[in-house]
Amino acid sequence: MKIVVDKKEYEVDPRENLLEACLGRGLDLPYFCWHPAMGSVGACRQCAVKVYRDENDARGRIVMACMTPITPNLLASIDDAEAREFRAGIVEGLMESHPHDCPVCDEGGECHLQDMTVMTGHNYRRFEFPKRTFHNQYLGPLLNHEMNRCIQCYRCTRFYTEYAGGKDFAVLKLRHLVYFGRAEAGVLENEFSGNLVEVCPTGVFTDKTLKRHYTRKWDLQMAPTVCAHCALGCNVTAGERYGTLRRIVNRYNGQINGYFLCDRGRFGYEHVNSPKRIRSARARRDAGAAEIPKAEALDRFSSLAAGGKTLGIGSPRASLESNFALRALVGPENFYAGVSDASYDLLAAMLQVLRQGPAPASLRQIEHGDAALVLGEDVTNSAPRLALTLRQTIRQAGLEQAEKMRVPRWQDHAVRELAQKDHGPLFIATPYPTRLDDVATETYRAAPDDIARLGFAVAHLLDPASPAVPDLAEPLRALAGRIADTLQAAARPVVVSGTGAGSAAVLRAAADVARALAKAGKPVAFSLQAEERNSLGFAMMEPKPLGRAVDAARAGEVQTVIVLENDLYRRAPAAAIDALLAAPHVVALDALETRTTAKAELVIPAAPFAEADGTVVSSEGRAQRFFRVYPPAGGVQDSWRWLADVLGLLARPEGLAWKDLDDVVEAVARAFPSLARIRDAAPGAGFRIAGAKIPREPHRYSGRTSMLANIQVSEPKPPEDPDSALSYTMEGAPVEPPAALLPFFWTGGWNSIQAVNKFQEEIAGPLRGGDAGVRLLDQAAGGAGTLARAPDGSASVPVAGYLDSVPAPFAPRRGEWLIVPRHHIFGSEELSAEAPAIAELSPQPYVALGPSDAAALGAAPGAVVNVKSEAGSASLPLRVEPGLPAGLAALPAGLGPLAGIPLPVWGRIELGR
Amino acid sequence: MWSIIRSLWLVLLHMFWPRFTVQYPDQKPYLAPRYRGRIILSRDPDGEERCVACYLCAVACPVDCISLQATEDPHGRRYPEWFRINFSRCIFCGLCEEACPTYAIQLTPDIELGEYNRQNLVYEKENLLIGGTGKYPGYNFWRVAGVQIEDKDKGQSEREAPPADLRTLLP
Repeated sequence: MKIVVDKKEYEVDPRENLLEACLGRGLDLPYFCWHPAMGSVGACRQCAVKVYRDENDARGRIVMACMTPITPNLLASIDDAEAREFRAGIVEGLMESHPHDCPVCDEGGECHLQDMTVMTGHNYRRFEFPKRTFHNQYLGPLLNHEMNRCIQCYRCTRFYTEYAGGKDFAVLKLRHLVYFGRAEAGVLENEFSGNLVEVCPTGVFTDKTLKRHYTRKWDLQMAPTVCAHCALGCNVTAGERYGTLRRIVNRYNGQINGYFLCDRGRFGYEHVNSPKRIRSARARRDAGAAEIPKAEALDRFSSLAAGGKTLGIGSPRASLESNFALRALVGPENFYAGVSDASYDLLAAMLQVLRQGPAPASLRQIEHGDAALVLGEDVTNSAPRLALTLRQTIRQAGLEQAEKMRVPRWQDHAVRELAQKDHGPLFIATPYPTRLDDVATETYRAAPDDIARLGFAVAHLLDPASPAVPDLAEPLRALAGRIADTLQAAARPVVVSGTGAGSAAVLRAAADVARALAKAGKPVAFSLQAEERNSLGFAMMEPKPLGRAVDAARAGEVQTVIVLENDLYRRAPAAAIDALLAAPHVVALDALETRTTAKAELVIPAAPFAEADGTVVSSEGRAQRFFRVYPPAGGVQDSWRWLADVLGLLARPEGLAWKDLDDVVEAVARAFPSLARIRDAAPGAGFRIAGAKIPREPHRYSGRTSMLANIQVSEPKPPEDPDSALSYTMEGAPVEPPAALLPFFWTGGWNSIQAVNKFQEEIAGPLRGGDAGVRLLDQAAGGAGTLARAPDGSASVPVAGYLDSVPAPFAPRRGEWLIVPRHHIFGSEELSAEAPAIAELSPQPYVALGPSDAAALGAAPGAVVNVKSEAGSASLPLRVEPGLPAGLAALPAGLGPLAGIPLPVWGRIELGR
Repeated sequence: MWSIIRSLWLVLLHMFWPRFTVQYPDQKPYLAPRYRGRIILSRDPDGEERCVACYLCAVACPVDCISLQATEDPHGRRYPEWFRINFSRCIFCGLCEEACPTYAIQLTPDIELGEYNRQNLVYEKENLLIGGTGKYPGYNFWRVAGVQIEDKDKGQSEREAPPADLRTLLP
């Protein structure tokens, strides 16, 4: 549709509002309360423009652009003198009580309020009366609160309570004294609270972890990277100063994380600065261990790798390149998976299911679904950003209702008022209560096998060709009926599951439901969640199961074991790992000290995510490249480079051929046809814009001639980066790079992260040139994961047949419990648990039982009980978890003394003495 | 011929002109207080460090010769953990002083910065911080800024109302 702004014609989408239309066309119009993901409420009155009835209307009237729908031939003016005066007046009003503290405010330099104040031209305070002030609240270890800076735009509470479903945050008081906070000081409960840092247009909510090593945005050396703390592959920008990682901010990717991150992803970065970091190579000598220089480390490594049978244990948290280099060193026949055999089977099952289709959906597709079934996965704790997406999925019903009543989607308050508490269907079947239960239509608490049976029953109802579930109890049959009816009625159903429950049956059941829906011609958004950053990519490299490596070690066949970025004691019972690491020689490459590196004869300092380059494959099957933020200090380098150096010393062809990352990427792509497209995940190291590399440092980077002057007054040459098209300088390409190489969002007049508007094809659409990453699993099913629709529109269903392995119903045992893993957003993931702020929020180890089982056991909450299973035993405090079904117990995943035992497992729980 | 005689005559005349040479260092020239020489960090009237480690001097510096790291005392008062100026790069333009929101960084009329070793021109905070307020007496940023520090609660800055009571029912 055509509109005219300041006498220039623009073609805009009629579903947008005038503010979006202006910003999307590159025009500068100040705003505060509107947010591209949250729509308009018209609270701040900042985006005032003039609109005119027709060409003859000379006076026009002032309207709020964010509340003005696009109409044909709309005549508007941003530049009109009266509108400008109005906007300047609004900012002056907002600034009346703003404290005089920009110099000590963490938002300064990337503050939307600063930008908008400059944009409107307000520069001198005329208000001479006392400023209103507030006391701040303690909000936990992640966020800092400074209420004096508030300008009452209501974005925080709209995000926290309406978008993210938080319950412990509200608007208090009235008039100019409105206060945004909790009823009482305390840790914010919501898992997405960190987004307030970016949602708040000024410095009311700032990053508390950044505050401890504060650096302005202009001083950060930044690079595009991929979050290291779950398998969703959210895009993040990491920033460094003086050799330490300073913070993580969101990097918009329209297909994945959009505008928001979870708190684990945002605040887990501090593991990179941990005192547990391995900074130099270390070899065990007769008495203790000693640091050795890089050359000696390489010599020892290559002699160990060359002598006798060598096993390589890969890792789902290491990049494809590092795993591949290890595989090249030890040979495919000696390349083992560094995950438990149970996880291995799950990953294999997941990969098989995804390859047969339906292809995995992106978070964007899931967000646009209209009915969701979550089978077995506690998404808030295992893939947190997905939980935030599911909260938007259930809003689609309300949005559609609004559209029918001709209320535009961006009219946020009107849409929410219309929908009230009615939201779209969301069925959650998990072993224990989840944080999404408050918006679930129905929940089902049961053992993994019963959850799988529910899934199979739903699939059978959707398509009788799928296997029937024998002996289905009546309540479950009825529930399956309701779920099947709902999914059948939905236009874009969503099926989510994952490896979190530790059950392959659950995965297969979810796949059967998705297949039945696909067969019915529905564009089902199907998503399976793996546990770690590169779980799926690692599985695609076809390692052998860890158990066989242990067997080989027990049989004494192994001379050397090379462990890549992996704490094996988290993967399998200690006895098995002890047997494996009892091999004559053990080499461990890792970034942090672990129980595994403590056992190694030779410890090689590998680069953590912020100091490494590589490619990872997310649960969506999206291959994404991540880049070094800063060159690692000392002897640290990428695992793949260590291994390539060793290959070179051994005069192996790979070692001689691999000069930089692109060579290794090429080798991976050649070796695995399914990974061939990782070449396109990002432009290679040779990419240039106007002959220049892309700078990692903003154009206002300070201190270049001073930061190292205490060591040597002559400035060193900036380090070279042979592996990417990014440079460690502030000089470079004056135009915007492709999305995969975008180090930060910053543009003239827009210093805050709201500058992302200027990098998108349309507001909240893809970044210009397409979002980062390539999908690897699309060949199996229809394009772009929309699944199962042939070009002619018929339901072609390129999916394989159903999986018929319906498990028997779960039968509780006397005196024994099925111990299931209970995931925790803070603590369950290995790396983020090393970040102090996350560690503070992580629970203490425990074992959980349902109230009736705890009563039967005669144990009070907090009592110490003995947990015994084949794989290991420990004494743990008891936690009574309402909602945990009888016969089930839960252990925190990846936490505490039993972190290594593969769950679920049968075990005994006895009262401790 | 004529020009040679003329030149000799002029040289002869110069012998009777007053001398321009100043006998520096025995004789010091007058430099105004606002002269842009060696940079110092000043203290506020209470004797505390004025610098709040806002990084504005560093970003304003056209030769990027200022670097620092911010930190905070336990009560939220921010100060530089370390502060470094590389005077071998400094061009004494005074932009850092103009950018400084707290009058902390000031240029002084001291121009005697000669060193045989360039490394000695790297000044750390202990070399920069002086005991007084420098050119700008009186100003104390923390008394104006609406943030809380050890001896000043919310609402106690200049022109501030007492903090809002969130529990009262009165309007």
